[in-house]
Formats: sequence, C-alpha cells, structure tokens
Amino acid sequence: MRITELFDKGEFVISAEVGPPKGTNIDHLVEEAKTYLTDVTAVNVTDNQSSVMRLGSLATCKVLKDNGMNPIFQMTCRDRNRMALESDLLSAAMFGIDNVLCLTGDHTKLGDHPGAKPVFDLDSVSLLHAIKCLEEGHDIAGNELVGEPPKFAKGAVVSPCSDSVDVQLAKMERKVAAGAEYFQTQAVYEPEKFIEFMEKAKQFGVPVQLGIVIPKSVGMCRYMNANVAGISIPESMFDELKADKEKTKAGITGVEISARIIRECKPYCQGVHIMAMGWESKVPDILKLAGIV
Amino acid sequence: MLITQMKDKETILSLVDNKKVFIINCQGCMEVHFPEEEAKAFQKELAEGGNVTGVITTDYICNPDNMKLRLKKYEKAIADAEVILVFSCGVGVQTISDYLEDKAVFAACDTIPMPGFQGVTPLQVDCGQCGECYLNLTGGICPITACSKSLLNGQCGGTKNGNCEVDPDMECGWERIYRRLAMVGRLDVLNCPVQIRDYSTDKETAKKPETEGN
Ligand code: SF4
Ligand code: SF4
Repeated sequence: MRITELFDKGEFVISAEVGPPKGTNIDHLVEEAKTYLTDVTAVNVTDNQSSVMRLGSLATCKVLKDNGMNPIFQMTCRDRNRMALESDLLSAAMFGIDNVLCLTGDHTKLGDHPGAKPVFDLDSVSLLHAIKCLEEGHDIAGNELVGEPPKFAKGAVVSPCSDSVDVQLAKMERKVAAGAEYFQTQAVYEPEKFIEFMEKAKQFGVPVQLGIVIPKSVGMCRYMNANVAGISIPESMFDELKADKEKTKAGITGVEISARIIRECKPYCQGVHIMAMGWESKVPDILKLAGIV
Repeated sequence: MLITQMKDKETILSLVDNKKVFIINCQGCMEVHFPEEEAKAFQKELAEGGNVTGVITTDYICNPDNMKLRLKKYEKAIADAEVILVFSCGVGVQTISDYLEDKAVFAACDTIPMPGFQGVTPLQVDCGQCGECYLNLTGGICPITACSKSLLNGQCGGTKNGNCEVDPDMECGWERIYRRLAMVGRLDVLNCPVQIRDYSTDKETAKKPETEGN
C-alpha cells in the first residue's frame, strides 16, 4: 500500500528501517520485523547502506511483503545507471512494491568496496523524475512502456539539522518539483532546529517524517558527531547518557531520549521514521513512551 | 587540467627490467602538471646504471608531427634501446607507442584529473569535458569537477561542516555553487528543470560509437 494514501488521510505515519545482512539468510531480520515492528505502517529496506555491499533491497522488500509487511524500497544512485534503476522500478512494481525512497547514496570510497566505480548516472532528483516518467507511461529516454504504467509513493530525504540547511532546503524544493511526495529526515537530536526547519519547509506542502536514530552509547554519539553528515548531538545529551551507565547500557536512556524528541516534534511533522540499527526490539517502547500507539 | 604523478620506483624498475632504455620527458604543456624534480632525480639514478641510451626532454609529444620531428635526432639512441620509458600524460604515451610500434613503450606516470588537489596544482579550476556545459546553471563553478559525485541537481546529504563527504579537506562543490548563486542574486536558477547528463556527448563515450554491443 502506498504510504501517501495515509498522509492524505491525515494519519501520523510511523515507519522503521531494516538493513539486509551481508549474506543470504534473512530469517532473523524477518523474525525481528514481525515481532517488533507490528505498530509500524511501513518498513524501509536500505540499499547497500553506507556503501557496504549486502543482500539486495528489492529482494528483501519482496520477502517482507510476502510476510505481510508494507516495504519501502530504498534506492540509491551509486550502484546502478538509469537503465538498471528503471528496470528495478518495474520489477518492484511487478512485485506489488509501491513505496520508493530515492537517495543519491554515499560515495563508494566510504564503504567496503572503495575501489568500485561510483555510478551517480542519476541523482536523487533525476531518479524521482525517472519514476514520474514511468508513471506517465514512458521511460526517462521517452520510450513508451507496454501496458498499465506503475504507480509509486515517491519519497526522498532531507537533513534538517545540517550545517548547510539553506542548501538542503534548496535541494528539497528541487525534489518536490521533481515529484517527491513525502520526506524522511536524517536523525534529529535538536528539536528546536527541526522546528525551525519545518517552519521553512512547510511552504512545499509535502509531509515530512521526523528521523530518529536511537542514541545507544556515548561512543556512538561521539562517532556520529564527528563523522555522520547532518547530525549534531548536543552536550546535554551526552550528560544524560553518562548519568546512569547501567540504564544507558540497557537502552532505557536511548528510548527515553528518542520518545522525548518525537513528543516535542510531533506537532510540526506528519510522521516518524525510526532507524533502530539493530535495536529493533526497542521500537515498541519508544512508540509507547512517545504516546503515538 | 591533469596531473601526472610518477609511478613508484619499484614499478618503473620492474618495467625496465635492466634492459637498455630511452627516456622521453614531455614538459611545458599548460594542460598537464609534470613532476619535474622527481623525474629528474629518478632518471639520474637510472643513468648511473649505464643502461640509458638517451634522454629527450621536449613538449607536445601528443602532436605526432611535432613528436616525430623532435625524435629524429635520437634515431640511433632509440634504435639501441629495448625499452622506451615515457614521462608524460596518457595521451603522450599513447602517441609514442603508436609511432614506435616495434618498441616496448612504458608509461612512467599515472595521469589523474585535478579535483581534490586544489593548491597542489597551478590552477584552481577544471573542466571534465562533459560535452554540455552546466556553468550557466551553477554560478560558473563546474559541478562535474567540483562535486565528488558530479551532481547536477544540488547538494547530496553528505556535506559535513561545508566540506565533502569524500574528501574532508575539500569544500563541497555545491556549497560553493550555492554561495556564488546567492552572492550574485541568482538562486532562482536552482528552479531550472531536472538536469540529466547526456553521456553520448561525454568525452569518455562520444568518440567511440563503435564499441556499442561489445
Ligand atoms: S560543466 Fe562540463 S563543459 Fe562545463 S566546465 Fe564542467 S565539465 Fe567542462
Ligand atoms: S558533499 Fe558536496 S561535493 Fe561532496 S559529493 Fe556531496 S554534493 Fe558533491
């Protein structure tokens, strides 16, 4: 089911993310998703996340769908040229997978195949455009499709707490013009910044899901501050994580922080997207504590 | 703008393999930065071994007529050599190996484009010869060479502190483009239609249509 239908109905849309393993066995992934992501309306499947080669996003989406879940097919432009991307979109449509999230993708140099050819034939904007073309019944080169054209909920990402927020907003506007119908954000740790961002972004008239990455430990947060684009974690949060080491280790602090951010930002956005990164089991607690299930 | 960078000594020595060698240096071209000092030092070392039949330092060996004329004087030294070692960009090496087709012609340098090396090389700007210039949409800053992903439609999510995710010492090209457009009051060009590269006009593919299907 296209998640745009839920936004249209005014629902607060909850999604979560799973990352396929570097191998062929996804029983564990499916079990976790079935156990912990029951309150989630859609499950994103990452695409060779962080430029690390893994099991494919499309295949994993298909398995999740067969198991009764509603997958969001994440597509980056790093590994496929426009023909391969369009072809995979048709494959997705054939499987009944109708949610897509378009990303440019991290550079190959950042991952586990640093010598691989970075493709970037299209980017997030032109990928959205390509999907729009397919929906209109032709490919990006203008050649007609045979039969009923596919229809997708076309998503994109944005970094509200980026230190280049104006440049990000300009890109967001371009994505909307190219056909983006909903946005999921990079992890937010500073609600004030997010709210400020949403004040500017609401002119585009597209739903935005607040991005959450559960803060697991001081080390993880330090790492993200130093290395992950668009993320800045305030000192006060470090103090919070340091205050009770046992509680932080058990994941309770991370759950509390995540739920608090959701509560503070909820009036300003149309949904939440949780990137649990292995802590899928904490998702139900976060949603409960945030008061959204 | 290209940079030629000497391959490491071991690699070059294994190519020469103690055989008689003639050396060609191509310098003076404004398009290519050449590692002069390093090459000179290495060649001196090689000459001490007594196997160098001759050295020519010239320019524009990529122009076949010019190159043939310059090499004329060295006919004997070239004939005496078993290996020709060329210190130039890839185009120069290819021109030489085309001309001296019965010799083992080796490239002593790697040719790399300039982006990411600002400050090391004489010029700050580069053109990737993409075949359809985007400069008018990007405030005169080339998105092909100034952005690590050659993005045409704006900044990716990887910018950190204004720098590029691939090379933290390089300012993000789209940060520069946005700043320039803002400065000249032309941010509205970012509302232009979606830009998509046409690789049929790109320097990589434009000249070799016969490879189709191979
Ligand atoms: S946009 Fe293309 S033609 Fe223009 S400077 Fe860049 S690479 Fe060269
Ligand atoms: S960080 Fe900037 S320069 Fe680097 S790939 Fe992204 S948009 Fe291009």
